[in-house]
Amino acid sequence: MNIAAVRSDFPILSREVSGKPLVYLDNGATTQKPRAVIDKISHFFEYENSNIHRGVHYLSMDATDQYDRARVRLAKMINAPEEREVLFVRGTTEAINLVTSSYGTRLQQGDEILLTLMEHHANIVPWQLLAEKRGLVIQVAGITEKGELDLDDFAAKLNSRTKVAAFTHVSNALGTINPVKEMTRLAKEQGAMVLVDGAQAVPHLCVDVQDIGCDFYAFSSHKMFGPDGVGVLWGKEKLLSSMPPYQGGGDMIEQVSFEKTTFRGIPERFEAGTPNISGAIGLGAAVDYLNGIGHAEIESYEKELLDYAGAAMGEIEGLTIHGTAEDKVGVISFTLAGIHPHDIGTILDTEGVAIRAGHHCAQPLMDHLKVSGTARASFAFYNTTQEADSLVAAICKVQKMFA
Amino acid sequence: MDDLSDLYQDIILSHNKHPHNEGELDPHTGEAEGFNPLCGDRLKVYLRQAEQGKGNVEAVTFTGEGCAISKASASIMTSAVKGLSADEIEAKVAEVVDLLTDQDEPEIDLMTMGDLAALAGVRKFPARIKCATLAWHALLAALKDEASVSTEAAKK
Repeated sequence: MNIAAVRSDFPILSREVSGKPLVYLDNGATTQKPRAVIDKISHFFEYENSNIHRGVHYLSMDATDQYDRARVRLAKMINAPEEREVLFVRGTTEAINLVTSSYGTRLQQGDEILLTLMEHHANIVPWQLLAEKRGLVIQVAGITEKGELDLDDFAAKLNSRTKVAAFTHVSNALGTINPVKEMTRLAKEQGAMVLVDGAQAVPHLCVDVQDIGCDFYAFSSHKMFGPDGVGVLWGKEKLLSSMPPYQGGGDMIEQVSFEKTTFRGIPERFEAGTPNISGAIGLGAAVDYLNGIGHAEIESYEKELLDYAGAAMGEIEGLTIHGTAEDKVGVISFTLAGIHPHDIGTILDTEGVAIRAGHHCAQPLMDHLKVSGTARASFAFYNTTQEADSLVAAICKVQKMFA
Repeated sequence: MDDLSDLYQDIILSHNKHPHNEGELDPHTGEAEGFNPLCGDRLKVYLRQAEQGKGNVEAVTFTGEGCAISKASASIMTSAVKGLSADEIEAKVAEVVDLLTDQDEPEIDLMTMGDLAALAGVRKFPARIKCATLAWHALLAALKDEASVSTEAAKK
């Protein structure tokens, strides 16, 4: 991979922060956008903007066509059997809320939902809200010391009452890649519906929903180099078609009268109102951009980067890395003895190094790790080993200040 | 001094390393937990009056997890408010919150403010202001013996 060329595709990477070159290592929170995505969105607003599925005029038909083609790109990216199984939503959070609100209506008192300890709040709280409403029981599969899923515990907590297993593909706080195919197989043996939170997987891994075998797969555009405010819920056609609408409004109906309204099929049934058209089209451009680089290239480069940064950080005395799974993406969560993550974050920022400090929307995991939070450096394929060096130097500065 | 050394002054770092009055206060007449939901930090403040809600505050202590800023702020606070009446404490909290959040450059009288002045460095770091105010909000809640207070409920 030509890293210099890749970096020049991302305009923001050449700016300075605090008078120092920006070292952007907060990709787990959101990723930067390549010129191709930025240009696509400005071009849309400058020349092509129109509402979709509404007009007989040229611009509306063109916008509809582009929106639909973005759906095709997304379907291909995750190897969905059918394009209409790809629903555009606001992001992973809305995707999961759509499932809990709509699919959730078929769950009965006493049914069990199996989550894991490493879930993001977005894959905990919607299930809790549903559980409260319908009298469901939430079970939680534990993790090992390395921050890997405890597969035995996961299997042990599955039973005939388990109606849903919802788990993350990649942990946002630990970087762990979960064995989602095996987890899906185990859950399916018990007849459970399986939802995979793919928010942290899509920027790093090649995802194949058919190979995984899950029922739903959710992810956000902004974490995979696309614009924010848009994301995808993929679901199996049979399930989606049998689910009640999630929100009512325009575009999702066949016929409306005050006596009775009938609804369209998928995907329209779940896309009420004017969607984020420019967002979906921008996301489509991000998919094209990633395809241009190649997922295999990205995976192997990021592996090198992770090994390099992990080794360099491992040598810092007093630094603990949380999450040392065999299989992980470029996320390094760490704490420094006697120094709070927020102080680390502030001092790194003055060196131009952007990381996240805090609980990473994973408070149950933080409680388990017995920390109030961690500092997290999360890498993307446009980061470099030199940037890992800058991170290490900045961490040493933190330690010096607090010595 | 640059902004960073303004924030992490020696006084702050020293209070962080060796906080004053850290630990549970036994006996106490009021306690409250301050919680910052944005970062997950929790500080518990204990205080003792002759009787709950009556008399000057004889002692204040704190426990909990926090960054250097919130810990130093709590440590400085425990000494700054000792011996004050409830009204005086309310005035002191308002004064400190103003010091940390006011748009105008503060006038700092080192003679009267003492270590409190060191907290003013946080003004240049908007993301950290709530770290510094956490203990003070908890103190007010403890005075009223309210169970807990969240920085997201407070305006500043």
